[in-house]
Amino acid sequence: MSKKIFSGPFLLFIICGTIVPLGVITFYGITDRSGAFTLENITAITTGEHMEALLLALGLALISTVICLVIAFPLGLILKDSKLGKKGFMVFIFILPMWMNFLLRTMAWQVLLERNGIINQVLGLIGLPDLNIINTPTAVVLGMVYDYLPFMILPIYNALIKIDKNVIEAAYDLGAGYRQVLQKIIIPLSVPGIVSGVTMVFVPSLTTFAVSNMLGGGKVNLIGNIIEQEFTASSNWNLGAGLSLVMMIFIVISMAFIEKFDRNGEGNII
Amino acid sequence: MALIELLDISKSFEGETVLDEFNLKIKENEFITLLGPSGCGKTTTLRILGGFETPDTGKVLFQGQDITNLAPNKRQINTVFQKYALFPNMNIADNIAFGLKISGKSKEYIKDKVKYALKLVNLNGYEKRSVDSLSGGQQQRIAIARAIVNEPRVLLLDEPLGALDLKLRQEMQYELIRLKNELGITFLYVTHDQEEALTMSDKVVVMNQGYIQQMGTPEEIYNEPENAFVAAFIGDSNIIDGIMMEDRMVKICGQVFPCIDEGFGKKKPVDVVIRPEDIIIGKPGSGILDGVVTSNVFIGVHYEMCIEAGGFEWLAQNTVSYPVGTAVSIDVAPENIQIMNKPQSEDEEALALDE
Ligand SMILES: Nc1ncnc2c1ncn2[C@@H]1O[C@H](COP(=O)(O)OP(=O)(O)OP(=O)(O)O)[C@@H](O)[C@H]1O
Ligand SMILES: [Mg+2]
Repeated sequence: MSKKIFSGPFLLFIICGTIVPLGVITFYGITDRSGAFTLENITAITTGEHMEALLLALGLALISTVICLVIAFPLGLILKDSKLGKKGFMVFIFILPMWMNFLLRTMAWQVLLERNGIINQVLGLIGLPDLNIINTPTAVVLGMVYDYLPFMILPIYNALIKIDKNVIEAAYDLGAGYRQVLQKIIIPLSVPGIVSGVTMVFVPSLTTFAVSNMLGGGKVNLIGNIIEQEFTASSNWNLGAGLSLVMMIFIVISMAFIEKFDRNGEGNII
Repeated sequence: MALIELLDISKSFEGETVLDEFNLKIKENEFITLLGPSGCGKTTTLRILGGFETPDTGKVLFQGQDITNLAPNKRQINTVFQKYALFPNMNIADNIAFGLKISGKSKEYIKDKVKYALKLVNLNGYEKRSVDSLSGGQQQRIAIARAIVNEPRVLLLDEPLGALDLKLRQEMQYELIRLKNELGITFLYVTHDQEEALTMSDKVVVMNQGYIQQMGTPEEIYNEPENAFVAAFIGDSNIIDGIMMEDRMVKICGQVFPCIDEGFGKKKPVDVVIRPEDIIIGKPGSGILDGVVTSNVFIGVHYEMCIEAGGFEWLAQNTVSYPVGTAVSIDVAPENIQIMNKPQSEDEEALALDE
């Protein structure tokens, strides 16, 4: 009885925050402007332009996830093993950007990478050729990596520091070298952290429109941009909602896939 | 020649000295036990040997070679860790096979060895089980199996039987000794169970606060403790203040007892150790001291009694029960009286043993 009272607010939150919006999106997604039932908004994903945007988004999200992983894992190892007394402080430094406004951070890169931006001015000063990556997929990936890297570092670091020191020592004791300890003990035991890190980078990278807007200059069209444009510029809420639904299902499937990989792959990932 | 030598090892953590000029020689195929109270530096000693801790000063020699700074995976030493430290991401078979796989043994060989090791620790058919599905005692036995399959030159065991019940512990003690004899492995064993130390070891090292208090065969340690700490730590005993009147005469509780120790000088205060089972209980007047039984507990095999006599509460063990309140006398055979110098200081206690 008392339990029910306490769960009340959560129930309310779930209804208002999840079920209602989902219902509304679903309603828009499967109707046309006149309110009649249609699956056109859903199947619209297969049209050339949308498919292209989806594939590009997928590609860039994958690339930035891999880059984040490649940076975050060794960094996590270094942070974990560092003898610095201020270990917590080091981690804090790396995740500090997370607390700064996301748009501001991306905007900063815009200013840095601009044709006449700071980076090119500095390069010019020391006589190096200009860096022309603004408004290209490269700039978008850079922005994604910068924005989402902390979300990869934190869970991986947490998984790494939770590994029992004795277990690692036992592996050395039985003759394993550093590589073997890494392969057979540390990496398998940090899989849960890797999985949450991957999820937390991959999903926002896949759906972002802000990063591609600011660093892609309208030339890099991701599925997120298409959906955003349907809601804003084209005011076609039905199509926007339909495409969002597809994305959502897509993400749920890929998460289930990763989750399964986590459980089955324990011990022999990589 | 000694297989392993610890030379003048000192180690402190955050300014607190844990080992102080610690010296130990271990011969090939010897079973040495480190025995001492919690926190006396037993695990630290093993960790220095295993390569997980570098001593502040001193050297570790293996067959005469300095291995003080050699990485743990390069040492011909395996450890059974106090906290088991099984690999949670592997099943039991893979845990046991870990070292064998690293050293590149064939699949067939590994399979046989895993089976043999599981049989040895009484866990037949546990190959596919996960680590967390095992009880503490089972995990502990897997930790033993995982270390011994590698047939190392030296096996370090940090309280490897601590989580087992008495019967299983005795079985495992027997198995470990058999293994030692069969495979010719040198054992360095840590325990704070003195009975275990006495039954299993060739040599017992009694430690306290980073110092070796006494080193010797189980018989020497039990029968001739060199100081009150060892006497108190090894088995129950009566430790009484006494005065050495002259050679072979010690005065305890106002009465002179004949003994067999010599060379302590005249009228010298000493510590006297008498084991409870060595106290002979008789009719009043027939012994050296008269007294009264003040408590009596049956502890299996024999009765443990307290006897108030001469102002001291004597602990005595006997197969015959004397009810509380019985007037008795006590006597001790001269050879069962152990005389020890009183320590001047803790340092002296340790120094006396270093020579
Ligand atoms: N890494 C460390 N940092 C700080 N102090 C330590 C460290 N390792 C051990 N000590 C201290 O050194 C002392 C000896 O520890 P050790 O683990 O060797 O004891 P032990 O004899 O194995 O005791 P037990 O029987 O309880 O296992 C203890 O006081 C412990 O607190
Ligand atoms: Mg210990």
